[in-house]
Amino acid sequence: MNELIAIFLGLVLINNFLLVRFLGLCSFFGVSTKLSNAVSMGVAVTFVMALASVVTWIIRHYILIPFNIEYMNIIVYILVIASLVQIVELFIKRTNLALYNAFGIYLPLITVNCAVLGVTLINATEDYSFLGSVAAALGGGLGYTLIMAMMSGIREKLEMANTPKTMKGIPIAFIIAMLLGLAFVGFVGMI
Amino acid sequence: MRAFGKEFLKGLIITNPVFVLVLGLCPLLAISTSVDNALGMSLAVFIVLLGSNAIIAAIRRFVPNVVRIPIFIVVIATMVTIVNLTFHANFPDLYESLGIYLPLVVVNCIVLGRAEAFASKNPIVHSIADALGMSVGFMLALLMISSIRQTLGTGSLSVFGFHFFTLPVLGKHPIAIFILPYGAFLVIALLMVIFRRTGVMKQ
Repeated sequence: MNELIAIFLGLVLINNFLLVRFLGLCSFFGVSTKLSNAVSMGVAVTFVMALASVVTWIIRHYILIPFNIEYMNIIVYILVIASLVQIVELFIKRTNLALYNAFGIYLPLITVNCAVLGVTLINATEDYSFLGSVAAALGGGLGYTLIMAMMSGIREKLEMANTPKTMKGIPIAFIIAMLLGLAFVGFVGMI
Repeated sequence: MRAFGKEFLKGLIITNPVFVLVLGLCPLLAISTSVDNALGMSLAVFIVLLGSNAIIAAIRRFVPNVVRIPIFIVVIATMVTIVNLTFHANFPDLYESLGIYLPLVVVNCIVLGRAEAFASKNPIVHSIADALGMSVGFMLALLMISSIRQTLGTGSLSVFGFHFFTLPVLGKHPIAIFILPYGAFLVIALLMVIFRRTGVMKQ
Protein backbone atom coordinates (compact mmCIF):
# COMPACT_ATOMS: atom_id res chain seq x y z
CA MET A 1 0.00 0.00 0.00
CA ASN A 2 2.79 2.42 0.95
CA GLU A 3 4.51 1.65 -2.32
CA LEU A 4 1.36 2.53 -4.28
CA ILE A 5 1.00 5.86 -2.47
CA ALA A 6 4.67 6.59 -3.11
CA ILE A 7 4.27 5.94 -6.85
CA PHE A 8 1.09 8.01 -7.01
CA LEU A 9 2.27 11.06 -5.07
CA GLY A 10 5.72 10.89 -6.62
CA LEU A 11 4.24 11.29 -10.09
CA VAL A 12 1.79 14.01 -9.05
CA LEU A 13 4.18 16.27 -7.16
CA ILE A 14 7.83 15.32 -7.69
CA ASN A 15 8.36 13.63 -11.04
CA ASN A 16 5.53 15.57 -12.65
CA PHE A 17 4.97 14.46 -16.24
CA LEU A 18 4.86 17.97 -17.64
CA LEU A 19 7.41 19.87 -15.57
CA VAL A 20 10.08 17.29 -14.84
CA ARG A 21 9.73 14.46 -17.36
CA PHE A 22 8.59 16.73 -20.20
CA LEU A 23 5.91 14.35 -21.45
CA GLY A 24 2.92 15.79 -23.27
CA LEU A 25 4.35 19.24 -23.79
CA CYS A 26 2.84 19.73 -27.26
CA SER A 27 -0.68 19.61 -25.89
CA PHE A 28 0.45 21.56 -22.83
CA PHE A 29 1.29 24.71 -24.75
CA GLY A 30 -1.40 24.20 -27.36
CA VAL A 31 -4.42 23.58 -25.13
CA SER A 32 -3.62 25.48 -21.93
CA THR A 33 -5.09 28.78 -23.09
CA LYS A 34 -8.53 28.31 -21.48
CA LEU A 35 -9.27 26.72 -18.12
CA SER A 36 -12.27 24.63 -19.28
CA ASN A 37 -10.39 23.20 -22.28
CA ALA A 38 -7.36 22.41 -20.14
CA VAL A 39 -9.41 20.51 -17.58
CA SER A 40 -11.32 18.48 -20.22
CA MET A 41 -8.04 17.58 -21.88
CA GLY A 42 -6.57 16.57 -18.52
CA VAL A 43 -9.53 14.33 -17.67
CA ALA A 44 -9.50 12.71 -21.11
CA VAL A 45 -5.74 12.05 -20.89
CA THR A 46 -6.03 10.58 -17.39
CA PHE A 47 -8.83 8.27 -18.50
CA VAL A 48 -6.98 6.99 -21.56
CA MET A 49 -3.76 6.62 -19.52
CA ALA A 50 -5.50 4.44 -16.94
CA LEU A 51 -7.12 2.26 -19.62
CA ALA A 52 -3.89 2.00 -21.60
CA SER A 53 -1.91 1.03 -18.49
CA VAL A 54 -4.33 -1.78 -17.66
CA VAL A 55 -4.44 -3.15 -21.22
CA THR A 56 -0.70 -2.89 -21.88
CA TRP A 57 0.08 -4.52 -18.51
CA ILE A 58 -2.10 -7.49 -19.43
CA ILE A 59 -0.61 -7.74 -22.92
CA ARG A 60 2.95 -7.41 -21.62
CA HIS A 61 2.61 -10.09 -18.94
CA TYR A 62 0.46 -12.58 -20.85
CA ILE A 63 1.64 -12.18 -24.46
CA LEU A 64 4.91 -10.28 -24.85
CA ILE A 65 6.91 -11.87 -22.01
CA PRO A 66 5.73 -15.52 -22.45
CA PHE A 67 6.45 -15.42 -26.20
CA ASN A 68 9.71 -13.53 -25.65
CA ILE A 69 8.83 -10.73 -28.07
CA GLU A 70 9.31 -7.78 -25.74
CA TYR A 71 11.21 -5.89 -28.43
CA MET A 72 7.87 -5.43 -30.21
CA ASN A 73 6.57 -3.32 -27.32
CA ILE A 74 6.71 0.09 -29.06
CA ILE A 75 4.52 -1.03 -31.97
CA VAL A 76 2.11 -2.96 -29.76
CA TYR A 77 1.69 -0.13 -27.23
CA ILE A 78 1.07 2.56 -29.83
CA LEU A 79 -1.51 0.35 -31.56
CA VAL A 80 -3.25 -0.33 -28.23
CA ILE A 81 -3.37 3.39 -27.46
CA ALA A 82 -4.63 4.31 -30.93
CA SER A 83 -7.43 1.73 -30.80
CA LEU A 84 -8.36 2.63 -27.20
CA VAL A 85 -8.73 6.26 -28.20
CA GLN A 86 -10.98 5.24 -31.10
CA ILE A 87 -13.14 3.05 -28.83
CA VAL A 88 -13.43 5.73 -26.16
CA GLU A 89 -14.35 8.27 -28.82
CA LEU A 90 -17.09 6.05 -30.27
CA PHE A 91 -18.38 5.14 -26.80
CA ILE A 92 -18.63 8.76 -25.63
CA LYS A 93 -20.25 9.77 -28.93
CA ARG A 94 -22.99 7.15 -28.46
CA THR A 95 -23.61 7.64 -24.75
CA ASN A 96 -22.99 11.31 -23.96
CA LEU A 97 -23.09 13.74 -26.84
CA ALA A 98 -22.55 16.80 -24.63
CA LEU A 99 -19.33 15.37 -23.26
CA TYR A 100 -18.27 14.39 -26.77
CA ASN A 101 -18.72 17.95 -27.96
CA ALA A 102 -16.84 19.24 -24.93
CA PHE A 103 -13.83 17.04 -25.75
CA GLY A 104 -14.04 17.97 -29.42
CA ILE A 105 -10.74 17.75 -31.23
CA TYR A 106 -8.72 16.82 -28.13
CA LEU A 107 -9.77 13.20 -27.95
CA PRO A 108 -8.18 12.03 -31.24
CA LEU A 109 -5.07 14.06 -30.40
CA ILE A 110 -4.45 11.94 -27.30
CA THR A 111 -3.07 9.14 -29.50
CA VAL A 112 0.03 11.21 -30.16
CA ASN A 113 0.32 12.56 -26.63
CA CYS A 114 3.73 11.55 -25.30
CA ALA A 115 2.32 11.26 -21.77
CA VAL A 116 0.14 8.24 -22.61
CA LEU A 117 2.84 6.25 -24.40
CA GLY A 118 5.26 7.54 -21.76
CA VAL A 119 3.35 6.05 -18.85
CA THR A 120 3.07 2.64 -20.53
CA LEU A 121 6.83 2.64 -21.24
CA ILE A 122 7.61 3.74 -17.67
CA ASN A 123 5.44 0.90 -16.35
CA ALA A 124 7.42 -1.51 -18.51
CA THR A 125 10.90 -0.21 -17.64
CA GLU A 126 10.18 0.13 -13.90
CA ASP A 127 8.40 -3.26 -13.96
CA TYR A 128 5.52 -2.06 -11.78
CA SER A 129 2.94 -4.54 -10.50
CA PHE A 130 -0.62 -4.37 -11.86
CA LEU A 131 -1.84 -2.00 -9.13
CA GLY A 132 1.44 -0.11 -9.35
CA SER A 133 0.89 0.66 -13.01
CA VAL A 134 -2.68 1.80 -12.33
CA ALA A 135 -1.35 4.07 -9.56
CA ALA A 136 1.32 5.41 -11.93
CA ALA A 137 -1.29 6.16 -14.59
CA LEU A 138 -3.64 7.90 -12.16
CA GLY A 139 -0.78 9.85 -10.55
CA GLY A 140 0.65 10.88 -13.87
CA GLY A 141 -2.78 11.88 -15.14
CA LEU A 142 -3.68 13.85 -12.03
CA GLY A 143 -0.31 15.66 -12.10
CA TYR A 144 -0.89 16.46 -15.77
CA THR A 145 -4.41 17.81 -15.09
CA LEU A 146 -3.19 19.83 -12.12
CA ILE A 147 -0.44 21.60 -14.05
CA MET A 148 -2.70 22.10 -17.09
CA ALA A 149 -5.32 23.77 -14.89
CA MET A 150 -2.77 25.99 -13.10
CA MET A 151 -1.09 26.96 -16.34
CA SER A 152 -4.34 27.83 -18.11
CA GLY A 153 -5.49 29.92 -15.15
CA ILE A 154 -2.26 31.90 -15.29
CA ARG A 155 -2.41 32.26 -19.06
CA GLU A 156 -5.99 33.57 -18.97
CA LYS A 157 -4.79 36.39 -16.72
CA LEU A 158 -1.68 36.83 -18.84
CA GLU A 159 -3.78 37.77 -21.86
CA MET A 160 -4.61 40.99 -20.02
CA ALA A 161 -1.06 41.66 -18.84
CA ASN A 162 1.33 43.98 -20.61
CA THR A 163 3.98 41.50 -21.79
CA PRO A 164 6.83 42.65 -24.07
CA LYS A 165 5.98 42.02 -27.72
CA THR A 166 8.78 39.51 -28.28
CA MET A 167 7.75 37.53 -25.20
CA LYS A 168 4.05 37.20 -26.10
CA GLY A 169 2.59 33.73 -26.55
CA ILE A 170 4.94 30.78 -26.30
CA PRO A 171 8.10 32.34 -24.75
CA ILE A 172 6.29 33.74 -21.72
CA ALA A 173 4.49 30.40 -21.34
CA PHE A 174 7.89 28.69 -21.15
CA ILE A 175 9.06 31.14 -18.47
CA ILE A 176 5.91 30.44 -16.44
CA ALA A 177 6.42 26.70 -16.82
CA MET A 178 9.94 27.20 -15.43
CA LEU A 179 8.63 29.13 -12.42
CA LEU A 180 5.94 26.48 -11.78
CA GLY A 181 8.66 23.83 -11.95
CA LEU A 182 10.80 25.73 -9.46
CA ALA A 183 7.83 26.02 -7.12
CA PHE A 184 7.32 22.25 -7.30
CA VAL A 185 10.96 21.66 -6.25
CA GLY A 186 9.63 22.39 -2.77
CA PHE A 187 7.99 18.95 -2.75
CA VAL A 188 11.26 17.07 -3.36
CA GLY A 189 12.21 15.06 -0.30
CA MET A 190 8.62 14.87 0.91
CA ILE A 191 8.49 11.14 0.15
CA MET B 1 17.07 19.94 -57.97
CA ARG B 2 15.97 23.47 -57.18
CA ALA B 3 12.81 22.17 -55.54
CA PHE B 4 14.97 19.77 -53.52
CA GLY B 5 17.08 22.68 -52.24
CA LYS B 6 14.01 24.75 -51.47
CA GLU B 7 12.36 22.01 -49.41
CA PHE B 8 15.63 21.41 -47.59
CA LEU B 9 16.33 25.04 -46.66
CA LYS B 10 12.73 25.64 -45.56
CA GLY B 11 13.17 23.37 -42.54
CA LEU B 12 16.34 25.09 -41.37
CA ILE B 13 15.05 28.57 -40.61
CA ILE B 14 11.69 29.66 -42.02
CA THR B 15 9.74 26.75 -40.58
CA ASN B 16 12.28 25.52 -38.07
CA PRO B 17 10.46 22.69 -36.30
CA VAL B 18 11.51 23.80 -32.85
CA PHE B 19 11.54 27.58 -32.71
CA VAL B 20 8.79 28.33 -35.24
CA LEU B 21 6.47 25.32 -35.33
CA VAL B 22 7.11 24.51 -31.62
CA LEU B 23 7.01 20.76 -32.27
CA GLY B 24 8.82 17.83 -30.75
CA LEU B 25 9.37 19.49 -27.40
CA CYS B 26 9.38 16.40 -25.18
CA PRO B 27 12.69 14.89 -26.34
CA LEU B 28 14.12 18.32 -26.99
CA LEU B 29 13.81 19.53 -23.42
CA ALA B 30 14.38 16.21 -21.69
CA ILE B 31 17.67 15.15 -23.27
CA SER B 32 19.30 18.53 -23.97
CA THR B 33 21.39 18.29 -20.78
CA SER B 34 24.50 17.25 -22.71
CA VAL B 35 25.73 17.57 -26.28
CA ASP B 36 26.32 13.80 -26.49
CA ASN B 37 22.65 13.08 -25.83
CA ALA B 38 21.61 15.83 -28.23
CA LEU B 39 23.64 14.30 -31.06
CA GLY B 40 22.28 10.83 -30.31
CA MET B 41 18.68 12.06 -30.32
CA SER B 42 19.25 14.03 -33.54
CA LEU B 43 20.62 10.91 -35.20
CA ALA B 44 17.59 8.90 -34.09
CA VAL B 45 15.11 11.54 -35.29
CA PHE B 46 17.04 11.87 -38.57
CA ILE B 47 16.87 8.14 -39.35
CA VAL B 48 13.22 7.81 -38.33
CA LEU B 49 12.09 10.92 -40.19
CA LEU B 50 13.98 10.02 -43.35
CA GLY B 51 12.69 6.44 -43.36
CA SER B 52 9.08 7.28 -42.53
CA ASN B 53 8.87 10.21 -44.95
CA ALA B 54 10.31 8.10 -47.80
CA ILE B 55 8.08 5.09 -47.10
CA ILE B 56 4.93 7.15 -46.64
CA ALA B 57 5.57 9.15 -49.81
CA ALA B 58 6.09 5.88 -51.67
CA ILE B 59 2.85 4.26 -50.44
CA ARG B 60 0.71 7.42 -50.38
CA ARG B 61 -1.39 6.39 -53.42
CA PHE B 62 -2.38 3.01 -51.92
CA VAL B 63 -3.36 4.25 -48.45
CA PRO B 64 -7.11 4.72 -47.92
CA ASN B 65 -7.76 8.17 -46.53
CA VAL B 66 -9.81 6.95 -43.56
CA VAL B 67 -7.12 4.77 -42.00
CA ARG B 68 -4.10 6.83 -43.00
CA ILE B 69 -3.12 7.92 -39.47
CA PRO B 70 -2.92 4.35 -38.03
CA ILE B 71 -0.90 3.26 -41.07
CA PHE B 72 1.50 6.20 -40.68
CA ILE B 73 1.90 5.41 -36.99
CA VAL B 74 2.72 1.77 -37.72
CA VAL B 75 5.34 2.81 -40.30
CA ILE B 76 6.87 5.25 -37.81
CA ALA B 77 6.76 2.73 -34.94
CA THR B 78 8.57 0.19 -37.11
CA MET B 79 11.31 2.70 -37.92
CA VAL B 80 11.62 3.59 -34.23
CA THR B 81 11.87 -0.07 -33.24
CA ILE B 82 14.69 -0.54 -35.77
CA VAL B 83 16.54 2.52 -34.41
CA ASN B 84 15.90 1.45 -30.82
CA LEU B 85 17.36 -2.03 -31.35
CA THR B 86 20.31 -0.64 -33.35
CA PHE B 87 21.19 1.85 -30.63
CA HIS B 88 20.83 -0.82 -27.96
CA ALA B 89 23.27 -3.07 -29.80
CA ASN B 90 25.83 -0.49 -30.95
CA PHE B 91 25.73 2.45 -28.51
CA PRO B 92 24.70 1.00 -25.12
CA ASP B 93 25.79 4.11 -23.15
CA LEU B 94 23.77 6.44 -25.35
CA TYR B 95 20.82 4.03 -25.20
CA GLU B 96 20.93 4.13 -21.39
CA SER B 97 21.06 7.91 -21.15
CA LEU B 98 18.29 8.48 -23.73
CA GLY B 99 16.06 6.10 -21.74
CA ILE B 100 12.37 6.20 -22.59
CA TYR B 101 12.82 9.24 -24.81
CA LEU B 102 14.19 7.06 -27.62
CA PRO B 103 11.01 4.96 -28.00
CA LEU B 104 9.01 8.16 -27.53
CA VAL B 105 10.20 9.37 -30.94
CA VAL B 106 7.11 7.45 -32.15
CA VAL B 107 4.87 10.19 -30.82
CA ASN B 108 7.25 13.01 -31.68
CA CYS B 109 5.01 15.59 -33.31
CA ILE B 110 7.67 16.42 -35.90
CA VAL B 111 7.67 12.91 -37.38
CA LEU B 112 3.90 12.40 -37.55
CA GLY B 113 3.38 16.05 -38.44
CA ARG B 114 5.67 15.84 -41.48
CA ALA B 115 4.13 12.52 -42.52
CA GLU B 116 0.62 14.00 -42.43
CA ALA B 117 1.38 17.52 -43.69
CA PHE B 118 4.02 16.77 -46.30
CA ALA B 119 4.94 13.19 -47.17
CA SER B 120 1.34 12.07 -47.70
CA LYS B 121 0.92 14.68 -50.44
CA ASN B 122 4.31 14.95 -52.15
CA PRO B 123 6.64 12.76 -54.26
CA ILE B 124 9.47 10.78 -52.67
CA VAL B 125 12.36 13.11 -53.58
CA HIS B 126 10.63 16.18 -52.13
CA SER B 127 9.69 14.25 -49.01
CA ILE B 128 13.30 13.17 -48.50
CA ALA B 129 14.44 16.80 -48.87
CA ASP B 130 11.78 17.85 -46.38
CA ALA B 131 12.95 15.16 -43.92
CA LEU B 132 16.59 16.23 -44.31
CA GLY B 133 15.77 19.90 -43.76
CA MET B 134 13.55 19.25 -40.77
CA SER B 135 16.00 16.94 -39.05
CA VAL B 136 18.92 19.31 -39.62
CA GLY B 137 16.78 22.15 -38.26
CA PHE B 138 15.92 19.99 -35.25
CA MET B 139 19.60 19.11 -34.76
CA LEU B 140 20.70 22.77 -34.90
CA ALA B 141 18.13 23.76 -32.29
CA LEU B 142 19.04 20.79 -30.10
CA LEU B 143 22.78 21.52 -30.36
CA MET B 144 22.21 25.18 -29.49
CA ILE B 145 20.13 24.41 -26.41
CA SER B 146 22.28 21.52 -25.19
CA SER B 147 25.60 23.36 -25.57
CA ILE B 148 24.26 26.34 -23.61
CA ARG B 149 22.85 24.08 -20.90
CA GLN B 150 25.97 21.94 -20.63
CA THR B 151 28.35 24.93 -20.62
CA LEU B 152 26.49 26.91 -17.96
CA GLY B 153 25.23 23.94 -15.99
CA THR B 154 28.51 22.06 -15.63
CA GLY B 155 31.01 24.86 -16.34
CA SER B 156 32.74 23.02 -19.18
CA LEU B 157 32.00 21.68 -22.64
CA SER B 158 33.10 18.25 -23.83
CA VAL B 159 31.68 16.09 -26.61
CA PHE B 160 32.18 12.28 -26.60
CA GLY B 161 35.17 12.58 -24.28
CA PHE B 162 36.82 15.36 -26.30
CA HIS B 163 37.26 18.31 -23.95
CA PHE B 164 36.74 21.81 -25.45
CA PHE B 165 37.06 24.29 -22.60
CA THR B 166 36.34 24.94 -18.94
CA LEU B 167 34.95 28.29 -17.90
CA PRO B 168 37.04 30.19 -15.29
CA VAL B 169 34.60 30.70 -12.41
CA LEU B 170 31.72 28.46 -13.45
CA GLY B 171 34.07 25.47 -13.69
CA LYS B 172 34.12 25.35 -9.91
CA HIS B 173 30.68 26.77 -9.21
CA PRO B 174 28.36 25.82 -12.08
CA ILE B 175 24.84 27.27 -12.29
CA ALA B 176 23.03 24.07 -11.50
CA ILE B 177 19.59 25.29 -12.60
CA PHE B 178 20.61 24.99 -16.26
CA ILE B 179 21.18 21.26 -15.93
CA LEU B 180 17.95 20.75 -13.99
CA PRO B 181 14.70 20.27 -15.95
CA TYR B 182 13.52 23.84 -15.29
CA GLY B 183 16.61 25.30 -16.97
CA ALA B 184 15.44 23.82 -20.26
CA PHE B 185 12.32 26.00 -20.26
CA LEU B 186 14.41 29.10 -19.49
CA VAL B 187 16.98 28.46 -22.23
CA ILE B 188 14.42 27.77 -24.96
CA ALA B 189 12.33 30.81 -23.98
CA LEU B 190 15.34 33.12 -24.07
CA LEU B 191 16.53 31.72 -27.42
CA MET B 192 13.06 32.24 -28.88
CA VAL B 193 13.00 35.84 -27.66
CA ILE B 194 16.43 36.49 -29.16
CA PHE B 195 15.36 35.05 -32.52
CA ARG B 196 12.19 37.13 -32.58
CA ARG B 197 13.99 40.28 -31.43
CA THR B 198 16.65 40.03 -34.12
CA GLY B 199 14.01 39.15 -36.73
CA VAL B 200 15.64 35.86 -37.76
CA MET B 201 12.38 34.01 -37.25
CA LYS B 202 8.85 35.29 -37.42
CA GLN B 203 6.21 34.04 -35.05
